[in-house]
Amino acid sequence: MTTETLQAPVPRTPLQEFWHYFSSNKGAVAGLAFIIFICFMAIFADVVAPHSPSDQARDALLLPPAWLEGGNWVYILGTDDVGRDILSRLIHGARLSLAVGMVAVTASLLMGILMGLVAGYCKGVIDTVIMRIVDIMLAMPSLLLAIAIVAILGPSIVNAALAISIVSLPHYVRLTRAATMSEMSRDYVTSSRVIGASPLRLMFVCILPNCVAPLIVQATLGFSTAILDMAALGFLGLGAQPPTPEWGSMLADALQFVQRAWWVVTFPGLMILITVLAFNLMGDGLRDALDPKLKQ
Amino acid sequence: MFQFIFRRLSLVIPTFIGITLLTFTLIRLIPGDPIEVMAGERGVSAERHAELSAQLGFDQPLYIQYFNYVSGVLQGDLGNSLVTREPVLSEFLALFPATIELTFCAAIFAILVGLPAGIIAAVKRGTLFDHSVMTFSLTGYSMPVFWWALLLMLIFSVNLGWTPVSGRIDVVYWIDNVTGFMLIDSILSGEEGAFSSAASHLILPSIVLGTIPMAVIARMTRSSMLEVLSEDYIRTARAKGIAPWRVIVIHALRNALIPVITVIGLQVGILLSGAILTETVFAWPGIGKWLIESIGRRDYPVVQGGILIVATIIIVVNLLVDIAYGIVNPRIRHSR
Amino acid sequence: MSLLTLENLSVTFGKFRAVDNISYSVKEGEVLGIVGESGSGKSVSSLSVMGLIDYPGEVSADNLSFADQDLLSMPEKQRRKITGSDIAMIFQDPMTSLNPCFTVGYQIIEALKTHDGGNKKVLRARALELLNLVGIPAPESRMNAYPHQLSGGMSQRVMIAIAIACNPKLLIADEPTTALDVTIQAQIIDLLIDLQKQKQMGLVLITHDLALVAEVAHRVVVMYAGQIVESGPANEVFSTPRHPYTQALLASLPESASGKARLEALPGVVPGQYDRPQGCLLSPRCPYATDHCRHVAPDSQGSLERQVKCHTPLDAQGRPAA
Repeated sequence: MTTETLQAPVPRTPLQEFWHYFSSNKGAVAGLAFIIFICFMAIFADVVAPHSPSDQARDALLLPPAWLEGGNWVYILGTDDVGRDILSRLIHGARLSLAVGMVAVTASLLMGILMGLVAGYCKGVIDTVIMRIVDIMLAMPSLLLAIAIVAILGPSIVNAALAISIVSLPHYVRLTRAATMSEMSRDYVTSSRVIGASPLRLMFVCILPNCVAPLIVQATLGFSTAILDMAALGFLGLGAQPPTPEWGSMLADALQFVQRAWWVVTFPGLMILITVLAFNLMGDGLRDALDPKLKQ
Repeated sequence: MFQFIFRRLSLVIPTFIGITLLTFTLIRLIPGDPIEVMAGERGVSAERHAELSAQLGFDQPLYIQYFNYVSGVLQGDLGNSLVTREPVLSEFLALFPATIELTFCAAIFAILVGLPAGIIAAVKRGTLFDHSVMTFSLTGYSMPVFWWALLLMLIFSVNLGWTPVSGRIDVVYWIDNVTGFMLIDSILSGEEGAFSSAASHLILPSIVLGTIPMAVIARMTRSSMLEVLSEDYIRTARAKGIAPWRVIVIHALRNALIPVITVIGLQVGILLSGAILTETVFAWPGIGKWLIESIGRRDYPVVQGGILIVATIIIVVNLLVDIAYGIVNPRIRHSR
Repeated sequence: MSLLTLENLSVTFGKFRAVDNISYSVKEGEVLGIVGESGSGKSVSSLSVMGLIDYPGEVSADNLSFADQDLLSMPEKQRRKITGSDIAMIFQDPMTSLNPCFTVGYQIIEALKTHDGGNKKVLRARALELLNLVGIPAPESRMNAYPHQLSGGMSQRVMIAIAIACNPKLLIADEPTTALDVTIQAQIIDLLIDLQKQKQMGLVLITHDLALVAEVAHRVVVMYAGQIVESGPANEVFSTPRHPYTQALLASLPESASGKARLEALPGVVPGQYDRPQGCLLSPRCPYATDHCRHVAPDSQGSLERQVKCHTPLDAQGRPAA
């Protein structure tokens, strides 16, 4: 006989429950911690960074990181070819990458939700037209489409952000549309329609809150794609223009010194990798925590 | 089955029309006068302007311009490069084999590593192997391709000297262009060492380009396998007393592969756009490098044509994947 | 001679005991009915007989033997030889229990090939014969059909064909008709019982359906919350139930409610992982529960032939003993 009785879990509020599932995923928590850390760095870049990102120390060109021979603790991660402090540039670069990510994700999220709601709610011709456009955009690899857009509009940060937000649009449209269609068939939507709720109220008050979970996950993952694509565009010389401290263009600038000074290439790339990884980890954690199917 | 293929084909046509509309519009979105922009800083004389305008058809109404464009495209006329004056299509065809060779090897690498890793991770769920596969694949998925290329190049080419730094083959070899595929041409040339040189040039670019697809395939295979392994029919198979490997390989894998095939198909887009970055870093003379250089040179017909071709390739591959999906999955094949 | 013997078999998932020290046996040619509510451990106990409990589930028993062979200690490979040939099983939902990627013929032949071997022609002929045996019309054309082209009843017939392919001595049917239309249910049960008689198989019939068990089973096991609360010959258990739970189950049948306005129902639900009561597991729902019941868990009383797990078994009049 089993004598031990297992304690029934105390019912939790939705937020507590979310946190319970989210915090049980160590990777997701690590991702969140890093994101908070990097946001802090970005916001207080002017205070945190030891140097100005554009200060050129003429006497310290291509200095290796401090812990290596010839390094200097004044420039912890070393300097680049014109004597700028790499750490400071990375910190200021975080500001840029996160800002671009934020703008691109917000813009495509808003547009995507709107298009998806309309497509899912109206059905018929409007739906077909929107979904055709989405299909066409999905047929193009996102980076190629972004490159094309930037190539036409001219290379700059703003155009890169615009290109990235256009490119990520289809995912939000599809998600919102699918969620809208499934919610539309629910009884609670029918009943509020019967009561006489206006289409706008139906769309934004009844349906939208029920599609939020997948959108949050997609937006988090969208951040990582935005940062990655931004860096790729910067690397190709189509995003931020020098001397702006952007991670991808920092890499591109340093290409010719790869063999002499590995650190000018390694640190910006590592920064991109870790930041993108953090967003992906958090996105995975959010999906697991928000997806009721996986909850037991 | 034929009906199924026909349905899929009919869906492709509007998408193709949309793509032509997109590439047609792109070039007209250039802020300012497109001809002046193309001419760049040197400027252009009034006669040359009129001449170019007529040559590119900018003096006609938009719908006629579009009609001319599409009918040109359908006849294989994608315009001429502004820089080399060569037809875009022939430039593309000359460079395409290099890209195919690279993406093909990358895809093989991604599938050969990603698929078994995903399967084993699912079967040995919760073990150290599973956790490592998941960690590696998430890292690979988050990898900035261009940096990964530089890093591997730094380690294996510069420091260890194991692989060549860039290009398709060592400069000492002069290989006749027969098929355009260096691996095949180097064998055909009969020169000693040519093939191994070509192969060693392919290793790093393939690994770099294959990393993200590999990560995606491994993750997808694992989750698909996990789902299938908990299905009732797996229990039935085990209740027959079949050996465990047979349950996994015959009963689970076949079903688990259905979504994986779709994902593998979707990787073609990722591979082709990743090729832009990989080719740039490794100086690989393929269409990715060609497109980026054309953008730098403001060679808009090349950009326009290149994007159209790449998008078309992706549509065709997706169509083929859809059909393959129907062949593997009897439920799809029989319905409709 | 007893075919299958279970002594104090338990299946645990982590801290949770899905099956708690159950013992029963099945003789050759005998039909054993296992009844109980959902979640009472009926399926889990039979899956453990098949060796289909996966990590984190753990099976332990003082004795789990089939035809005097110890199933728990034998090597994995040897056990697989028994599973699917000497012991076979049919599952609840036939529509999901067949692999959607393979034809019906393939799935039957696979079972034959695994245990008996033989060349293609022989196997195919045997598979056709099996399809005929389970009453599938036009078996020739069904051989190449995929599972999604079959109805639920057809799928279950195919499942039965697979199960009896290697002439098992024991067939376990886990709620074989639950997922089917009412009209099909009787056909499938008739088929099972016919086959059982024809081949003199032992049959373990797991079901919610008391009337069915009363009709076809020789012996009955009543399970509640992972434990066997009562077992014995079917006619005895149903005519004079000795456990309050069995009594309540019988009282809830429509047949016993003739003339009454409402069906009798036992209040409450089967205790789950977190709300296992102290003492007798039925005590919160039992109309006869005493303080003693609420604190001390009862042991099984009586011979293995007629067991009851209650402090105060009911007498012939359906009243608890003092």
